Amino acid sequence: MLIPTPLRSYTADAAVVAADGATLAGILADLDRRYPGLRFRVIDEQGDIRRHIKFFINGAQAANLEPALHDADEVMIVCALSGG
Amino acid sequence: MAQAKKAARERRLTLLIATRKGLWQLHTDAARRTWRVAGPQFLGHIVHHCIADPRDSKTILAAARTGHLGPTIFRSQDRGRTWHEAKLPPAFREGSGRVVDHTFWLTAGHASQPGSWYAGTSPQGLFRSEDGGATWHSVDGFNEHPQRKAWCGGDKDGTPDGPKLHSILVDPRNAAHMYIGMSSGGVFESTDAGAHWRPLNRGLRADFLPDPDAEYGHDPHCVRLHPALPDRLYQQNHTGIYRLDRPGEQWHDLGATMPKSVGSIGFPVVLHPRDPDTLWVFPMDGSSVWPRVSPGGKPAVYRSVNGGKSWQRQATGLPKTQAWFTVKRQAMTADAATPTGVYFATTSGEVWASRDEGRSWKCIAAHLPHIYSVEAA
Repeated sequence: MLIPTPLRSYTADAAVVAADGATLAGILADLDRRYPGLRFRVIDEQGDIRRHIKFFINGAQAANLEPALHDADEVMIVCALSGG
Repeated sequence: MAQAKKAARERRLTLLIATRKGLWQLHTDAARRTWRVAGPQFLGHIVHHCIADPRDSKTILAAARTGHLGPTIFRSQDRGRTWHEAKLPPAFREGSGRVVDHTFWLTAGHASQPGSWYAGTSPQGLFRSEDGGATWHSVDGFNEHPQRKAWCGGDKDGTPDGPKLHSILVDPRNAAHMYIGMSSGGVFESTDAGAHWRPLNRGLRADFLPDPDAEYGHDPHCVRLHPALPDRLYQQNHTGIYRLDRPGEQWHDLGATMPKSVGSIGFPVVLHPRDPDTLWVFPMDGSSVWPRVSPGGKPAVYRSVNGGKSWQRQATGLPKTQAWFTVKRQAMTADAATPTGVYFATTSGEVWASRDEGRSWKCIAAHLPHIYSVEAA
């Protein structure tokens, strides 16, 4: 998984980390086990992707957390950095 | 000896400055003459509120989010040197359809319940922690109340930055007796630790509603309870300044004695730590489209020493003209010293201090980001 700079305080500044799971929801749960607190910063309490967050799987944007994942898939988290 | 010096240093006053871009601290000497700016911490985070635990000398909580990441709480147990994130930040019940945008207000719990804290959020939600802010749980008596939506309106309604639950007040005589303020919504009271709530808005004008005497839907900006006389409450409201003496139910308007050219609109109200009759407000222009700046560009604090019967302008040391200050509801406070120090901070990043109860003012920090709150620690 590719971690954007705003979330690297959770990953000890690592830009690339590994996570396991059969779906995007699954790897986010695993990511939160490895880096507690990270998931809630990008997923709200209703299980929805937060407004300024996007997920890309092998370069294609995911609309929700349901897409299935396979070994070696690359997941990128993008924070929309805008405003002043 | 080293420990004694360290303890003495730690007892000196610190101001916690929460801003739209992070957290700063202002440290002073024993006489409160010189100030030193320290920070930033959480640079780039929107810190809506940061307060110290009055029950110990070490714990500080900060409510933070960034423009793109969700809201969280940071906790320090060494007066802000190191911080740890909450394991379970305030969040509404899954399936409720509601989402916490940010935690807006923090209040330490009752003195008899160390480690207890309350958080008020935007949109309006009430949360409690019993472990020093590590994990937070919904106060369902409010968040799941069948009348909550009628009281507060929709989550997208309310103030420009989102409707807020603020002014969480715990009666020092009784941990189960609480008040909250909401814009929009009004003042509400619980006598059973948050299990049940009722509106407490009689006497408040809501001239922006079809019924100005409505039971709820009011816009208190800041409500304070006097620690030495807990039956005395003051409120800076969207429509003026009010006082309530319990067990009475009727708020009384204190704004009529303010100068007409200044008015009685503002965000904060600050109480003297020992004298229930002394309070300060920071009037702003609430005319026409609500500029929310110092009336006429001439900032002034107004003080009453008789419970709001009359007011004195306190502007010595403040700019005399072309100073368009905006002071938000958490951005004004008092310390516990004698004489009491009073402080306010502006959205243009200035912090002003008076160490003589408002008689004279001095700018003690400038060029900080937009300031949301200033609290004495």
